[in-house]
Amino acid sequence: MKKLVVNFFTAAAIFAALLLMWVAAIHSLHLQAFMLPTPAAVAKAAWDRMPDLLTSLGITAAEAAAGLGASIIAGVLVSVLFAQSRWIRRMFYPYTVLLQTVPIVAVAPLILMWIGSGLFPVALIAFIICLAPIIANTTQGLISVDRNLVDLFVMNNASRTQTMLRLRLPHAMPALFTGIRISSGIAVIGAITGELFASSVRVGVGGIGYAIQYANSQLETDYLFALVAAATVLGFTFFFSVTFVEWIFLHKWHESARTPDED
Amino acid sequence: MTQPAIRLSKISKRFSSGPAIIENLSADIAPGEFVSIIGPSGCGKSTLLMLVAGLTPLTSGAIEVEAQSPQKARKTLSFIFQDATLLPWRTVRANVALGLELAGVPKPEREAIVTRQLALVGLEHVAGHYPRQLSGGMKMRTSIARSLATSPRILLLDEPFAALDEITRDRLNEELLRLRSEHDWTILFVTHSVAEAVFLSDRILVLAPHPGRLAHDIRIDLPATRSAETRLTPTFDTTVAEVSRTLRHVEAGS
Repeated sequence: MKKLVVNFFTAAAIFAALLLMWVAAIHSLHLQAFMLPTPAAVAKAAWDRMPDLLTSLGITAAEAAAGLGASIIAGVLVSVLFAQSRWIRRMFYPYTVLLQTVPIVAVAPLILMWIGSGLFPVALIAFIICLAPIIANTTQGLISVDRNLVDLFVMNNASRTQTMLRLRLPHAMPALFTGIRISSGIAVIGAITGELFASSVRVGVGGIGYAIQYANSQLETDYLFALVAAATVLGFTFFFSVTFVEWIFLHKWHESARTPDED
Repeated sequence: MTQPAIRLSKISKRFSSGPAIIENLSADIAPGEFVSIIGPSGCGKSTLLMLVAGLTPLTSGAIEVEAQSPQKARKTLSFIFQDATLLPWRTVRANVALGLELAGVPKPEREAIVTRQLALVGLEHVAGHYPRQLSGGMKMRTSIARSLATSPRILLLDEPFAALDEITRDRLNEELLRLRSEHDWTILFVTHSVAEAVFLSDRILVLAPHPGRLAHDIRIDLPATRSAETRLTPTFDTTVAEVSRTLRHVEAGS
C-alpha cells in the first residue's frame, strides 16, 4: 500500500514536470496558440466542448469494443481450428501474418468505399487489425500443452472435444489474454484510423478520428489536443480493463496474473 | 497358472529409424504382483511403461493387459507420471475428479468418490487449494488420488517420487503399500532407487541398456506386510546390497 502511494506521487510529479516544460517551451519559443496551445487552453477547450468530446469518445469506444469483441470470438474459433492439425496451420497460418502486415491505412479507404460509412466499417477495420495477435497467441497456447497432460487425457479415453474444452482451452487462457491485451491497444488505433476516412454523424461531430481531422482543418489546435488526450485515455482504459478481467480469471492459479508483491 | 495381468511377449520398440530402445523382452506379471523395473539410463524403463499404457505403438511383439490390447484395457489402467501433471486451473478436488468427469460419472457419485479418495491420501484440508499452493509431496498425493478415483486394477508408475525429498519419498512409499493392502492392484513401478524398489516390490526386473532387455528377474524375500521398520532389518540391507551388485554388473556389462 505504501509502495502504491509512493508510485502515485512519483507519477504525479513526473506529469507536473512535463506540463511545466510544455508551458516553458511556449514562452521561450514564442509559439502561437494554433501551433501549441497551453495546457490551460486545452483543458478549457475540453471543458467547453465536453458534450462533443464525449460523443466522439462514445462512438470510437463502441467501434473499438465491437471490433475487439468480434476479433476475440473469431480469433478463438480460428485458433481452435488451427489446433486441430499441423496441415491446417501450414495452409492458413500465412494469411494471419498477411492480416498483420497489410498496411491498414491503405486498406481502410477501400473498405469504406465497398461497404459505406458508419459504425460497422470502422468496427470492421478495428476487427481486422485485432485478429492476428489473438490468433497467434491463442494458437500457441492451444498447441503447447505438456505431453504428459495430453497422455493423461488419452489414458482416460477423453474425446477430442473433452481434450479441447477441459485441457487445451483452459491452458491457452493466459496466452489468449496476452493476445487480447495487445489487441486492446490497437483496437482504438484501428477505430481512429477508420474514422479518418469515415464521414461524420453530423457536421463537426463523429468519432475521435473524424473530430481530429475536423479540428485540424479549423485550426482548433486546443480542441485537437483534448481529442488526442481523450484517445490516449481510451486506449489506456481498454488496456487496463482487459488486464483487470485477466486478473479475475487467472489470479487464482496462474503465475503471470499475480502481483510481484504477493509472495 | 492363472492368466497374467500383463504379458509381454518378445516386445521390441524403436522410434522411426533409430536404434532399438527395447529388444525382444518377455515377461509375465501376475495379478496382484508389485513389480519394480530398474536399470541404467537408456534401458527403456519409461518406454516400457508407455508401451504397456498403449501410449506409443510397439515395433514388434505383443502386449496383453488382462488378455486385451493396452488400448482396450485403458479403463483398468492408471498411469502416474514423474511430475504430478495436475491441471493448474483446477483445485485439488477438481483435479481428483478429472478422470471420473471424463468418464461421465454423475456429479453426486463423483463427489462421494472424490471425498473418499481425498481422505485416503490425507488431503481433505487442502481440497479447495490450487496446485501452485501445494508442496511437491501434496501434488504427488493429489496425482495418486486422481489415479485411484477411477478404480483401476493396474497401476503404472513412472518414477513418481523421484523429484521428492527422501523423507517425503519414504512416507509416500509406506502410504502406497498401505493403500495397496486394501486393494489388489497389480503394480508396475519404474524407479532409479534400489532401496525403494526392494522396499516396495515382490519382484524386481533389472533391465540392461542398448538395447533395453531383461537381464535379471529377482524375487524379493521380505515379509508381505512391510512398514518403516522393515527398512531397519538385516534382510532388507542384504537384499539392497545384492540388487545393487546385480545392477552394477549390468551397468559394467553394457
